[in-house]
Amino acid sequence: MTALLTLSARNLMRRHDDRLVVNDVSLELRHGEVLGLLGHNGAGKSTTLQMLTGALPPHSGQIEVCGFDLKQQPQQAKSCIGFLPEHPPLYRDMRVDDYLLYVARLHRVPSGKLAAALNQAKQRCGLHDCGKKLVGTLSKGYQQRVGIAQAIIHNPAVVVLDEPTVGLDPAQIRDIRALIRELGNSSSVILSTHMLNEVESLCDRVLILKQGRLIYSGSSAEMLGNGNMEEAFMQITENKAASA
Amino acid sequence: MILTIAKKEFRSLFAAPSTWWMLALLQFLFAWFYFGRMDDYLQVQAQLAQLDNAPGATISIAAPLCSVLALMLMMLIPLFTMRLIAEERRNQTWVLLLAAPVPAAHIVLGKFLGLMLLLVLIVMGAAALLATLLLGTHADIGLMLADILGVLLLAATYAALGLYFSALSKQPLVAAAGALGLSFGLWLLELGASDNRSYLRAISPNAHFQNLNMGLVNSADLAYFALVIATLLWLTIRQLNDERDRAA
Repeated sequence: MTALLTLSARNLMRRHDDRLVVNDVSLELRHGEVLGLLGHNGAGKSTTLQMLTGALPPHSGQIEVCGFDLKQQPQQAKSCIGFLPEHPPLYRDMRVDDYLLYVARLHRVPSGKLAAALNQAKQRCGLHDCGKKLVGTLSKGYQQRVGIAQAIIHNPAVVVLDEPTVGLDPAQIRDIRALIRELGNSSSVILSTHMLNEVESLCDRVLILKQGRLIYSGSSAEMLGNGNMEEAFMQITENKAASA
Repeated sequence: MILTIAKKEFRSLFAAPSTWWMLALLQFLFAWFYFGRMDDYLQVQAQLAQLDNAPGATISIAAPLCSVLALMLMMLIPLFTMRLIAEERRNQTWVLLLAAPVPAAHIVLGKFLGLMLLLVLIVMGAAALLATLLLGTHADIGLMLADILGVLLLAATYAALGLYFSALSKQPLVAAAGALGLSFGLWLLELGASDNRSYLRAISPNAHFQNLNMGLVNSADLAYFALVIATLLWLTIRQLNDERDRAA
């Protein structure tokens, strides 16, 4: 079974000063797939995700989203993506409803469908009681939820989440994971995380980055093998370090 | 898309308590100057009345007030423009606009328009005060309108300048200081110009404002403002596009 390709990136390269932060990374994402991006701190996960969403231009390489080239047709490509960056881009002085509606308008949700989109996003992220509250007065966990809500309010084909469950309490983590699973059915999701059990329970496929290079790509079941995720992860990253 | 961003910026500017303080202070200072000029005028009115072709109340009160307003706006506008782009970068909300399907031109025009709405409101507040002259005298409405147009065009120029500096910097204060420095420099150019035909005067927005300030609506001045504003906005758009494309 080959589902529709929603996102493909080829030979992405990004330098910071003289250091290669992302080095020749290629990846593909199909409809209905949840892809986990793993790696130590500073491995280039966030940079890769930013490039996939058009927030950061790659020095070289090509990105296609839903068949649109991100460089040639940025507006069409970007309207297929929802992005939660590492730091949720929240305006602290706006009310949750106003903020989400603003984001929906930026993503060209037609005005007749705004109210429905707002309600669905709030309901999916457990924000129904927070509409009138100022974003800045919410707790970190709720701000993270607003961040996720802004990424999915326009029902994008590709959802990119940079550490979506960081700073959440266990009950919230459970809810957000359920949401990601739900999103995985209707669209495709890429998420970066440090929590290996999250990968185990959510992701169909796993990519591991180390010092900007892609060192592993396979299904999470393969990676898990017979052992546990943590061991497998350590083994892969250590082995590559030894052979490098 | 431009209007969506403009509305959001306008509301955000209004949500900040500092904006209200600035508005209140501005209106207070303006009223203070207004009564000061009025007082001066009333004291010399009797002597003025003996002159042929004596200056009227409008040119003696409204025109100087509008120059004062122009100067105050020059100092205030960088404080607003620094929030528009530089502060978004610092607060890491800029990525929202970068990842959204919005061309840089829409972002820039939206932000410029949002700020202009606020500035129009400020100028209207001042205009309402000037309109009280109509209660006591036959004011020269044409002169007043030219004055208001001049202040608006000058404010738009400073706003476009501030926006450009905001796009250049990641630090709001640097953006504000840069814009204020250049605005002030341009203002000084006019003071430093030796004669009316000096090219220094041709560059300075303040010199072009002064014609309008005296009630002279000159197409050359209007063209100057339109050109400067359009160029600065274009530079800002280019700067943002460069940043997106240039992978530096």
